[in-house]
Amino acid sequence: MFSFIARRIGTILLTMLCLTLVVFFLVNLEPNLKKLAISQTEMHTPADQLESWLVNHGYRQNFFLRYGQWLGVLPKHPITDPATGKTTQRFSFCNDPTEPQFSGVLQGDFGCSTKFKTTVAAKLFPALGATGLLMFWVLAVMVPISLLIGILAGMREGSRTDRVLSVASIASTATPEYVSGVIFTVIFASWLGWLNGSAASASQGITFYNFTLPVITLAIYGIGYIARMTRASMVEVMTQQYIRTARLKGLSFSSVVIKHALRNALIAPFTVIMLQFPWLLTGVVIVEVMFRYQGFGYTLVEAAGNNDIDLLLGCSLVSVFIVLITQLISDVGYAFLNPRIRVQ
Amino acid sequence: MQTEYISAFDVVLGVLWRFWPVWAALILVMGASFAYKKRLGLYGQLFDSGVGIAGVFICLFWLFTAIFASTISPFDPLAQVSVMKDTLPGAIEPASKLVYYFGGDKLARDVFSRMVYGSQIVLIIAPAATGFALMVGITLGLPAGYYGGKIDTLLSFLANLVLAFPVILLFYLLVTPGIMDTPIPYGMAGLFFLFPIIFFCVLFWTRYKKRPDRLYILLGITLVLGGWIYAGLVFDKDPLHIVHIDPNQLNIFVAVVFASSPGVFRIVRGLTMDIKTRDYVAAAQTRGESPWYIMLWEILPNARGPLIVDACLRIGYTTILLGTLGYFGLGLAPESPDWGTAIKDASRLLRSFIHPALPPTIALMSFVLGLNLLADSLREQSMKD
Repeated sequence: MFSFIARRIGTILLTMLCLTLVVFFLVNLEPNLKKLAISQTEMHTPADQLESWLVNHGYRQNFFLRYGQWLGVLPKHPITDPATGKTTQRFSFCNDPTEPQFSGVLQGDFGCSTKFKTTVAAKLFPALGATGLLMFWVLAVMVPISLLIGILAGMREGSRTDRVLSVASIASTATPEYVSGVIFTVIFASWLGWLNGSAASASQGITFYNFTLPVITLAIYGIGYIARMTRASMVEVMTQQYIRTARLKGLSFSSVVIKHALRNALIAPFTVIMLQFPWLLTGVVIVEVMFRYQGFGYTLVEAAGNNDIDLLLGCSLVSVFIVLITQLISDVGYAFLNPRIRVQ
Repeated sequence: MQTEYISAFDVVLGVLWRFWPVWAALILVMGASFAYKKRLGLYGQLFDSGVGIAGVFICLFWLFTAIFASTISPFDPLAQVSVMKDTLPGAIEPASKLVYYFGGDKLARDVFSRMVYGSQIVLIIAPAATGFALMVGITLGLPAGYYGGKIDTLLSFLANLVLAFPVILLFYLLVTPGIMDTPIPYGMAGLFFLFPIIFFCVLFWTRYKKRPDRLYILLGITLVLGGWIYAGLVFDKDPLHIVHIDPNQLNIFVAVVFASSPGVFRIVRGLTMDIKTRDYVAAAQTRGESPWYIMLWEILPNARGPLIVDACLRIGYTTILLGTLGYFGLGLAPESPDWGTAIKDASRLLRSFIHPALPPTIALMSFVLGLNLLADSLREQSMKD
């Protein structure tokens, strides 16, 4: 077990290394650097000054050298004036060092956001907190509802309840966030006026009025999928011999379902719920942009739109980490829940 | 000048009337399918359940809408008639006396025509991209599952690498306007579009190795046809100027194929690992068949059931991805009538006008729903066997 987890963590680190290298390569393509230089200088700056801005801020150094600096295995250098030899900070708003030092991800320094004019850590972690709050409420809504639907549908396969609930879950998987978000906003915000169509005020404090729409929009897409998986698992369990034995013993249907079937039927959905996180990440981006909620997704879009290199790298690191760690938890947790499975 | 409106009832009737070529084609196809459903195999069995009929109906509806788009839509999807700006559904256009059935958007374009033309973009890109993703996934997944070992480890690591990317980040990196100045999209297109040619060449080669008369004809057709399309799509150098794709559409296409082929790869790999333990594979191995013959002619046909179901779901998922791209304004031209872009434009103005938002959302949702229903009923039918 221990060696399994150690090996998996090794793979995770390798994957993160490869992925950040790919992201680093893509954000440092020539057109993207040009875009960054244009957005960071005054309007209508001539081309040679754009170039000198890039050189000054170290963007023209060797690719691997800069990746090493970001990672923290090579020292970061301040801007040095070639004439006087005087050094100045690379980005003054980030409190960058004035002398060369190792300061990368490995040292806990995620770099400097050129768009928000602050350190990546100062921008990214509050945003992650805000998204964590959103995620918590989404899971609190999504998991009980989808499990309930799945169990009710799978309890009696082929019944009317099963058919209705199955079609409803198919419909919910066919409704991406940007569709359900628009429809919910039209119904609950424009027509009925019950809820707020924007969650911008939720950064100060969440209320039922401003937070319900983002939460249900995000939850509805996942509900269908988890419910169908739960249903499939429930159907399988209900055909097992030991369920028949329990029924023949004379136990009531409800007590068979609750006491005998449920525990085994809920093992598979656990994996599915954990693997929903990567999908939720994409959904978070859409929902946060749509409802103007200042969280991780909003930050990612701003970073990508302005080619904010360090912030984008930080965002990818976080999202890849979440994806891989949930996979690991789902594998390990599955082995714990199901004694028949042993991890090798 | 005051804009004149027709009543809500007339709007419904008018819309139903505009779709007349679709209804005609639907009646023909559905009627024929019902009459001959016993002889149509898996497709005929779909008509045994309500879910299956609904799925086929919705998918065919959008297919015919895309085909007959120019007949159905009363206006050009890009034409702007300034008096019709933000008009409500049922407004009559003064010059031609034709009706803006679903009203006009903020740039005074007909929402109904845009929805109809939007189906064309989705129905070309989504199935084609899924097809290419299937080719890539199958060609790489079969050897990974069959041989196992190092090749499996390497390919699985690469697939997991792509799958660990949140889709939206991948698109932001791969579908930015700047990337078109670099050779990356063309390089990836060149790589992905090779896979179908390789696939069919190996397919025919393994089967007809001993029959050169057939083999050379089939290989010739594959190479000429594949090479022609390849030249048109990747290099935009089709000598006959028929095959052509806009650079930004190529970029989207490549990004979508890139995002969805690891999923296909995983499924094919899993199925192959399962099927290769069967007796008929052992029999073929004993006969001395080559590994690629076994993969393509013994394993692949027996994996087709789950693959067809997955393809249906995947087209729906690709449609959602295209909508996401449109929603974030990535890749497609800003005035493009595709559903995602239309939803983005309309959702910014929901506070003042809701009518431009509803047609594209409902269109997208119904098409994906149709594909999901189809997949569900296909899965049920294939489980019966």
